[in-house]
Amino acid sequence: MKRFAALFAAIDQSTKTTVKVAALADYFSDADPVDKLWTVALFSGRRPKRAVTTNRLREWAAEVAGIPLWLFEESYAIVGDLAETIALVLPPNASVDDRPLSQWIKDLRSLAQEDEAARKAFVLEAWQRLGGTERFLFNKLITGGFRVGVSQKLMTRALSRATGKPEAELAHRLMGNWHPDDTSWHNLIEAEDASADASRPYPFYLAYALEEGPDSLGHPQEWRAEWKWDGIRGQLILRDGDYYVWSRGEELMTDRFPELARAIDHLPPGTVLDGELLVWQPGAAQPDSFNALQARIGRKMVPKKLLKEAPVLLHAYDLLEWEGKDQRERPFAERRAQLEEACKDLGPEAPVRLSPQHPFDTWDSLADLRATARDENAEGLMLKRADSPYLAGRKKGDWWKWKLDPLTIDAVMIYAQSGSGRRANLFTDFTFAVWNGNDLVPFTKAYSGLTDAEFRKITHWVKRNTLQRFGPVRQVTPHHVFEIAFEGIQASSRHKSGVALRFPRMKRWREDKPLQEANTLDDLKEMLRLYG
Amino acid sequence: MARDPVLTFTDRGIYCAAGDFYIDPWRPVDRALITHGHADHARGGMGGYLATHVALPVMRYRLGEITADGIGFGEVRQIRDASVSFHPAGHVPGSAQIRVEVAGEVWVVSGDYKVTNDGLSEAFEPVNCHHFITESTFGLPVFRWQPQATVAAEINAWWAACKAAGKTAFLGAYALGKAQRLLTMLDPEIGPILCHSAVENTNDVLRGQGLHLPDTVRADAEVSPRDHPGALVLSPPSALGSKWARKFGAQESAFASGWMALRGVRRRRAGDRGFVISDHADWNGLLWAIRETGAENIYVTHGYTDIFTRYLNDNGWRARIVPTQFEGESLDAGDAA
Repeated sequence: MKRFAALFAAIDQSTKTTVKVAALADYFSDADPVDKLWTVALFSGRRPKRAVTTNRLREWAAEVAGIPLWLFEESYAIVGDLAETIALVLPPNASVDDRPLSQWIKDLRSLAQEDEAARKAFVLEAWQRLGGTERFLFNKLITGGFRVGVSQKLMTRALSRATGKPEAELAHRLMGNWHPDDTSWHNLIEAEDASADASRPYPFYLAYALEEGPDSLGHPQEWRAEWKWDGIRGQLILRDGDYYVWSRGEELMTDRFPELARAIDHLPPGTVLDGELLVWQPGAAQPDSFNALQARIGRKMVPKKLLKEAPVLLHAYDLLEWEGKDQRERPFAERRAQLEEACKDLGPEAPVRLSPQHPFDTWDSLADLRATARDENAEGLMLKRADSPYLAGRKKGDWWKWKLDPLTIDAVMIYAQSGSGRRANLFTDFTFAVWNGNDLVPFTKAYSGLTDAEFRKITHWVKRNTLQRFGPVRQVTPHHVFEIAFEGIQASSRHKSGVALRFPRMKRWREDKPLQEANTLDDLKEMLRLYG
Repeated sequence: MARDPVLTFTDRGIYCAAGDFYIDPWRPVDRALITHGHADHARGGMGGYLATHVALPVMRYRLGEITADGIGFGEVRQIRDASVSFHPAGHVPGSAQIRVEVAGEVWVVSGDYKVTNDGLSEAFEPVNCHHFITESTFGLPVFRWQPQATVAAEINAWWAACKAAGKTAFLGAYALGKAQRLLTMLDPEIGPILCHSAVENTNDVLRGQGLHLPDTVRADAEVSPRDHPGALVLSPPSALGSKWARKFGAQESAFASGWMALRGVRRRRAGDRGFVISDHADWNGLLWAIRETGAENIYVTHGYTDIFTRYLNDNGWRARIVPTQFEGESLDAGDAA
């Protein structure tokens, strides 16, 4: 564990990507192959089967630390990470241990056959033998969720440096369903034929937001425009008579979208599509709102009723594989032509549609089209360069999302709560209200959008202007007005105000605006009528 | 039989009616007793100040012309019907707990304190009392400080590694207290120690009153980084990454604070490294100090007040939260703590 802990510390304590990549590349060059394989797995969200429940871990940690469970839970709420909270409350370690990462994982796994007393003895023993970062990492092996600030991009860059293989190839090798239990470092990274797994997706190409408008992009003729849908990005794989659906977050979602199975009847095997999963009623002119899709994402197994109420379609906008061949190097215009050809004969019963392109001559005319996006339940436009290949990851230059400006409303801050984890010592979670006569009616919470300096300033103010405390929540003097930006608005019976917002955040602290000039509940209801 | 409490909590600060004075008030009053010179405890605009002889020079430097009187540690002074004395709080040089006795009832206002002896501040001394007013900046069991020597070794190892890589090591810390404590922990054999003017001004004041600090170089606008290869620069956190700092070329920055114990905060705030060192008591330190006073009534002023108060009440004390405008170790607000 020492080598792995040293790697983790080097990555975790630096904000410089060069330092992180160098540390990883060193490690991938000469660490033990089983340890390396597990490191890649852990940093990409894979973990050993959980040997101990987190409830037991909490109880044991509180017991060893000699504190009541409620105090442990309060501490956890502030630290924001269970593995870290446990590592911090326990007394210092009494001895040391030289087992490597993969041995710890093996030992943890063998616990599955043991009874609870043996599991507890093992965990308590480990806590005594491991201190600091090693203890934290041991806990992480059980709880999962290594968030170390190592993106897929950094990991593939480091692997590329260590192995001499191109980054794009490594990114592809790391995609999909592999697990350290079923493969080896050699098979995953080094072996010549890495295409064995039929479900393996391609790395998604991700767009940057276009902040300033498209004028800087050059000639409109070099670009193609599509709606930016408000669904979830998905990759549909048709290979060997089977189908697989992957989310952008690299989650296999095949079972959640059984209606996509029918794609097998309409498209040939050896086809991989990139597109948007949307709830779209038969015959409707535009998709349902994101809320409808959310009900589907939440269900691993979909009941018949929901399948009927919220049918999902894939709106395809790119073709990554055709007739079993990787298409990503071809220019977008060619891929698109092939995609149109493939989708030409899709009937209304097919679960795949072609996402339309919108021809335009000038950026101004495109801006007019963008202004109508909300009517189509779209978030704005996607701009893609006609001659661009399909790259891996977030790369600037060829793909841009040109989103609509968000809806905004000026609201009064009435409650504040301190954050956790990164923001443990700042007030960052606020409740906002609008006027209803002389009353302030809360209608949303927001956590993000201010700079660190602004959070520090408001924290300072909250401490001085607390009216009442409800546990961790502080009611503050109504004084500060914030411009709240959000992407959508829905009627909601669960909220006092009668509305629920999508992705609310603080756009601006309106220090110039007097309290009385914040918006009203009637303003909010009018927005619901217009955009709900 | 009810009688007025010795100290009450008002919107101006902690007030003693028997002596007609305030302790660390945040609004102007006629007579203020001050625990220590940090900005959230020693504010301007008071009619008269009383603080320890050791704390006064920094207060005068920070507040300008003030009418102030000094007092020695342990010296008893009668103010009207209250008997008052100052006792070491171990927080920064000159910092004091203030003991107030009226008709046999004893209250202690601890201000900010730490119970480990840092070798620079007068070491914390528990004072027996009936009512104890405590902070709880780090009043959670996740805060547990390492011995000072362990942290010193970490900092010096980092400095040496920076030097070996041809980089200047920037260490961010408060100008009063933390910076001087770090100075005494650094190994001058590694290289020259430079101090940002805000730090060096405070060093000068403390040296002027006889405190022994290692040799330092003032890193003002005129300093030439080339003349000091392998240097460590002590600076207020706000100056890390500034234009002034950037002229030192290749560098690493680190931050020294108790908050660095939390990984999330460390990642948000620390730059290249975060060292866990605080001028406040950790969880065990707070509990030890409270037990040592023998007090049954505890007033919790700032920090994790709700949680800490609940724990005390569950464990046999009568504790309550009192709202104040003290900041504790605020990571982000200038040099307030």
